[in-house]
This record gives sequence, C-alpha cells and structure tokens, in this order.
Amino acid sequence: MTDMTRTATTTTDTGTPVLDASGVTMRFGGLTAVRDVDLTVNAGEIVGLIGPNGAGKTTFFNCLTGLYVPTEGKVSYKGTVLPPKPHLVTQAGIARTFQNIRLFANMTVLENVLVGRHTRTKEGLWSALLRLPGYKKAENASRARCMEILEFIGLQDKADHLARNLPYGDQRKLEIARALASDPGLLLLDEPTAGMNPQETRVTEELIFAIRDQGIAVLVIEHDMRFIFNLCDRVTVLVQGEKLVEGTAEVVQGDERVVAAYLGTPFEGAPGADEVAEVEAAEAEAGTSTTKTTTTEEEDTR
Amino acid sequence: MTTQNAPAFLALPTAAARPATTAGAAIALVGTFLAWTWTDEFPGDLTVTGYPGGLQVLALIGAALTLLFALSGYGIKGLRWLTPGGTNSPTRLLALGTLGVVGYSIGAITVKLGGIVNLEPGAWISATGALIAVIASLGLPNDLPADPDSSPNPWNRFRDSLRAPTPDRAKELPAWAEILIIAGAFGIGLYVFTYGIDTEYAELFIGFMITVAFGFTAVSRAGLIARITALTTKHRNVTLTAALVAAFCFPFTQQNEEYALIGANILIFATVALGLNVVVGLAGLLDLGYVAFLGVGAYAAALVSGSPLSPIGVQFPFWAAVLTGAAASLVFGVIIGAPTLRLRGDYLAIVTLGFGEIFRLTVNALNGVSGPDLTNGSQGIPSIPDLNILGFDFGISHDIGGFTLGRSANYYLLMLLFTGVVVMVFRRSNESRIGRAWVAIREDETAATAMGINAFRLKLLAFALGATLAGLAGTVQAHVSYTVTPEQYQFAGSVPPNSAFLLAAVILGGMGTLSGPLVGAALLYLIPAKLQFMQDYQLFLFGLALILLMRFRPEGLVADRRKQLEFHETGQLDVPPDEPLTDTAAGTTKAGA
Repeated sequence: MTDMTRTATTTTDTGTPVLDASGVTMRFGGLTAVRDVDLTVNAGEIVGLIGPNGAGKTTFFNCLTGLYVPTEGKVSYKGTVLPPKPHLVTQAGIARTFQNIRLFANMTVLENVLVGRHTRTKEGLWSALLRLPGYKKAENASRARCMEILEFIGLQDKADHLARNLPYGDQRKLEIARALASDPGLLLLDEPTAGMNPQETRVTEELIFAIRDQGIAVLVIEHDMRFIFNLCDRVTVLVQGEKLVEGTAEVVQGDERVVAAYLGTPFEGAPGADEVAEVEAAEAEAGTSTTKTTTTEEEDTR
Repeated sequence: MTTQNAPAFLALPTAAARPATTAGAAIALVGTFLAWTWTDEFPGDLTVTGYPGGLQVLALIGAALTLLFALSGYGIKGLRWLTPGGTNSPTRLLALGTLGVVGYSIGAITVKLGGIVNLEPGAWISATGALIAVIASLGLPNDLPADPDSSPNPWNRFRDSLRAPTPDRAKELPAWAEILIIAGAFGIGLYVFTYGIDTEYAELFIGFMITVAFGFTAVSRAGLIARITALTTKHRNVTLTAALVAAFCFPFTQQNEEYALIGANILIFATVALGLNVVVGLAGLLDLGYVAFLGVGAYAAALVSGSPLSPIGVQFPFWAAVLTGAAASLVFGVIIGAPTLRLRGDYLAIVTLGFGEIFRLTVNALNGVSGPDLTNGSQGIPSIPDLNILGFDFGISHDIGGFTLGRSANYYLLMLLFTGVVVMVFRRSNESRIGRAWVAIREDETAATAMGINAFRLKLLAFALGATLAGLAGTVQAHVSYTVTPEQYQFAGSVPPNSAFLLAAVILGGMGTLSGPLVGAALLYLIPAKLQFMQDYQLFLFGLALILLMRFRPEGLVADRRKQLEFHETGQLDVPPDEPLTDTAAGTTKAGA
C-alpha cells in the first residue's frame, strides 16, 4: 500500500483503455473548475468518480462528452481523439445521463429511447417522406431494439406512457435506457441513485453490473459511498478540480486526505481544534469507512 | 355513468327539472316556426309563420338538439349512444346556446329595426322556452361531483356543472360501420363549414358562430368527439382520405364565385400555417417572418409566369415555376437559417422578424429607381396570367357533371393538391426519426445533442423545409391573386396570411398537430372575411381572442395528446395517476448539470 495514488497507466489489468482523458483543464474566466485531470477507463471496468460538492465532477463529465470544450487537454475514445461536439462524442460511442433528469418529458417512453437510437440509424428526411425501400424495415428494427432495451431495463410495460408521468425511479431508469439505445462502449452516469431509497439503489446497482456484463464500461459519479465502493473496480477522487487519489475502494477509503477533503482539515490553533482532534480519535477507533458512509448518506437524504 | 347524487347548480327536484327542460326546448322549437318580426327589412325574412328562415333555423337546430339530449337524459333506448360521456352538461350547454341565439336575434332585430316593438310574439315564445330550458337544465344534477379544490363560489359551481366525465372505451363495431361513422362525421363537418361560408349577412354568421361554439362544446362534453377521435386514430388513412374527399367536394357546393375564393384563400392560408407548424410546432423554432418565404415563392412564380409586366420576360411551365418558387424559398431559408440557428432562444425570433421586414423593403426598393429593376417596387407584378395545365384553362368556368366550377374553384382544387403534399410531408416527417429528433430538440436541446442529434443540422433542415413548403404555396397564391405586391407580405396586417396571423393560426389551432393549424387558419380567415364591420377592430379582437385562449385552453383548439397532458395533468384516460414520491425521493434532485 505504498503506491496509494496508482496512476491509470499501471492498472491495465482489466483490458484495453476505452476512455483516455489526459491533462483535462477547464477554466471559466478566472475560475479553474477542473485542473489537469487524467483518467482512464478500461474495457469491462466500472470506475467511480467521487468528490465533495463543487469538486468539478460534472464539469469534468461535460468536458468528456463535448458539452464543454476543455481549455486544455484531450479526450480520446478507443484511441481516437474526440472532437468537442456532443453529438460526435455520442456517435463515437460514449453515452451519458444527467445529474438532474433531462428526459424529453412530453414524449413517450418508447420515443425517448428511439431518440437515443438516433446515431445508430441513417434514415434521412427523403427516406421518410418518400417511404423509400428500407425505411419501414429500419424503423421496425429500431423499435424492436428499443423494446429490447426497455425490457432489459424493466420498463417494457410503460412504453406508451409519457416520460413526465413516470415515477422518479423509473425516470432515472429511462435515462439509462435512452443512453443505452446508442449502443455505447462507455456509459457515463451522473449520480444515478440521487434521491433513491436503499431498495431502489440496490436495483440500480444490479442494473449497472448487468450493463457492465454486456461489455459496456461505466464511469459513475455518485455521493453514496456504500454504493460506489460496492460497485466500482476503481475510484477516483476529485477535490477542487484536481485529482487527489485514484485506486481501489480500499485504497481510497484508507486515504486520510479523502476524509479531510470531505470533512475539512483543521488548521493549527483553530478554535475548536481540540474537539476536532477528539472526534478524529473517536473516528479512528470506530473505523473510518462506516463513519464516512453514514455521514454522506445523511447529507444525501436531507 | 351519471352520478345522480352530484349536486345541481340550482336546487330543483330532478323529477321536475328534466320535464321542464324538455318542455322548454319544445316551446323554443315551436316558437321558431312563428313570425319573429313583422317586416322583411331584417335579413333572412323572419316573418313567415310555419317556415323558419335565417336565424330562426339556427335557433331551431339549437332547440332540436337540446330536446334530443334532454330526451336522451331519460335513458330512452336508441338515444343513449348520444351521450357516452356526460348527459346533463351537454343539455345545459345546448340550452344556453339556444338562449344565446334567440337572445342575439332579439337584440339584433331590436337594434336594426329601432325598437323592441318590432318583435312579434314568436320571438318571445322562443325566448321564454329557451329561458325555461336553461333554468330547468341548471337544476339537473351535475355529471361529475364538484371539484373539491375549487372554492364554491357561483362561477366555479357553474363551471362544475358543465364538466363531464370522459367516456369509457366504445364497443367494437365492424370496420365498415366505423368507416361509415367517420365518413358521416366528415360529411357533417363539411356541411357546417359550407353553411358558415355561405352565410350572407353578418347577423347570420354571428348566430352561426354561437350555435357552433355551444354545439361543439356540448357534443364534446357528451363524449362524442372523444369517440370519433378514437375512431380516427384507429383508421388514420381512412380519416385522411375522408378529409380530402370532403375538402374536394367543397367547390361543388359553391356556385358563388366570391365564396369559392374564400375557400381557396383559406386553403392557401392553412397550407402555409401547416408549413409553419413544422418549424414552430415540431422543431420549436419561433419564426416571426415566415410570410416572407411565401412572398419569395410568390414573387419567383410571378417573375417567370409570363406576366407582361414582369421584368424577366420568360414564361415557365407551371411545374417549373413551382420548382423555381420552392427552390428560391429554400435558398433564402438556408441563408437566413445558417447563421442564426447556431444560437438558441430569442435570437432566431429577432432575426426572422427582421428578415420579414427586409424582404418587404428590398422588394419595394428593387424598382429601377432605388435599385435594379427586378420587382417593380411597390407596384408589384400585376396581371399574372391564369394557368393552363394540359389544356385545362384555370381562368374560365368549367361544367363538370352538372356542377359549374368557376376560376376560384379551379384554383381551390389545384391548391388542394398542394395541401395534400404538405399534409403528407408533415405527417411523414413527424412520425420519422427526423421528426422525433425535432421534438427532442424542442423539449431539451442539450439532452438532444447528448443523444447524438446534430441540433444545428436538424434545425436548419426544419427551417429550410418550412421555407420550401411556404414557397410552394406561394407559387399558387401568385396566380390566385393575379398580383403580387410587397404589402401582401407584412408582419401584421389586416388580411391573412401575414406572419402574425400565421403564427396565431398555429398556436390557436394547436402546435405540433396536423389538423390544428388547418382549423385555426380557417377560423382566422373566415371570421374577418364574414364580419366586415369588425375590420377596424380586427387586431384588437384578435389579441383578445388569443389572451382568452391562452387563459382557458393553452394547448390550442386541437390538442395533441402530449400537449393536453402537459397543460391539464388530470383526467386522462390511459395514463396512470402520478404515484406520490417517497420521502427520500422528494426534493433531493439537484439543479445544474
């Protein structure tokens, strides 16, 4: 455990890299939201991205998917550098969900998934207007594939419902289904269990494992530590826009800097420093992992 | 279906209210057969006993329908199909409508002939009957229990009394019967529309509007509209054919050239509105200068029409002129769209508004004095020759099967072909991968791009397609109106089509629907055309109508299923009630992506 911040290049045990982001920096005027972050996701891997609020996780996601053009650095998918255009990124094979659900609320569930299928179908306007040969076939094939995905995700009975009328948990699921429809090689999930109860979280966990088993690598942002440490092969911690630690669950859980980043570091001679020291001592006794988990869970469900 | 214990607006015993309603309607019915006034100075000749005319006919229809629905309320076998939804609220609405028509007639006669003495007893009998029917029908129990959320003030209680449940699923009928019902419905629709166009004086048209408004609401409360809609969604191709056949039959019912011209103009207006609906309704791009594309098409067609005053002295065959017009509009659409569609939100609205004005001013300036002579400036291009396709001269009357088709009817039929094309384009693109991408962009552009949609390209496609469709319509419009002038293509003016009216037709009719803009355009054209005295207040009344519509029916007259669910969350059929969120789920969604 000496090499606690194992870099991505040393962990090539699971397969070839799917996503390779190097030196990604994002500045908004004077504010540097993401600074020089490297991240690799290998085939068949589930990687977690954690960090306190405002650490730049979602900004980093947006840089990966082309919603933001990174100020510096490059992102490559399976060896080719991605252009910073969202639709080209999706075309290449990276699909994502959003932190705050962004479904097409007034379209049906099936239509939502069909939109996700956009990049994998070719039929243009003329084909639709003139009903060229192959149009019906392609449309039927899309529908069949989308129903397959809905069955996989468990929403096949609600295909004709409007997305806005789905319960919260199903909306989260539908976002994942919509992302899966583009047949991605890498799925980016931005807080997939936010606002879910423990049972729903468990179901999502199973779902993500099932997605991984289909050969899709997953990069997931989440605040629920138990969820992250159950799920992920590797976890990267982002603090104030910089990568702090990367490694397996045990490595990250054992890192004092991670605890400090989440709870704050007391500086010398600060008022109440003694109490903090006491608490820390108590924590050390009780075992860091459980304390951390409960703290963050409380934060989430508040 | 009727919950008998729901309280009525007026506390009358049901046993008395129903016979009283029936009797009132019957009295009103009898009254329409008597003379309403003594002189035939009031249009429609309401003086003959035993032969109702003009407004009396409308009152007669209202009273007869009230009677019919009141009788249906007794549960008489054979009438029950009339009221699969509400039973008493349609009766109330029809009684109100009858009273409205009779009351309006009395008012109009009094004002026109200068005094209440000009009324004959027949009018009073009908009015009394209608009043009895209204009061008694308000004593009939409500179809739905009162809305527990609304405060029980009289206005809310009155509105409650007009609410009705949605009908449950209809019994399966054999396919031929269903198709026959659709055909019948379109037949009735054509008849009502033709009646409206044929009204010869403003009083009759207003009476017609009152009858139609109350009648339509009553029929929809009774659940018949829902039933028909269910059938039309089931047999969509049959419906489309029936609609086309009904529209095709229209000129054969019009022997009057003026009314046939109204029909042709409505069709042009409706077609352009439907083209705009691709841009606004599907892709969600607010285009405030759409009429300019109609102008581009019309000018292009006029320039190559062989008009002696066209600065370009060429005469293309019509098909080539159509292609020229469409291509010119397409080019302009791409030129305007390419730089602006990269931006979001209001920029496009501002730029298109500007483009609309620039088009008009440029055409004005290209007169040989302030610019090269291309369009004759403000004089426009007059005396555009009539079309002659395969020896069929559009300028003269033709006798076909005993019907005379005048010039306007000829153009109406030509325009119908174009409308058919636009309808097909709208329908097919809407249901395709492209249409879904448009709706996705409208719903959430960021999410749409994240799904792999090239938002800019698809928006440009929608914009260019909309422009092309307008250009197509423009080529016919140039021939119908003989002349194209810059003043025909303004942002807002007294004569539709102009950009404001086109947008209004789309919004009023129902964004994103096929029939909505057609209905909206028909209403927006017909009302000003029929009520000449309104001309001065047209824009004012038009604004008022829009405000009222936005307040009471924001999804437009014809709502697509999505929009209806968006604005009125409750009371939908095949949609489950929202499950209440669990405590942990509520309120933890965070903002910001």
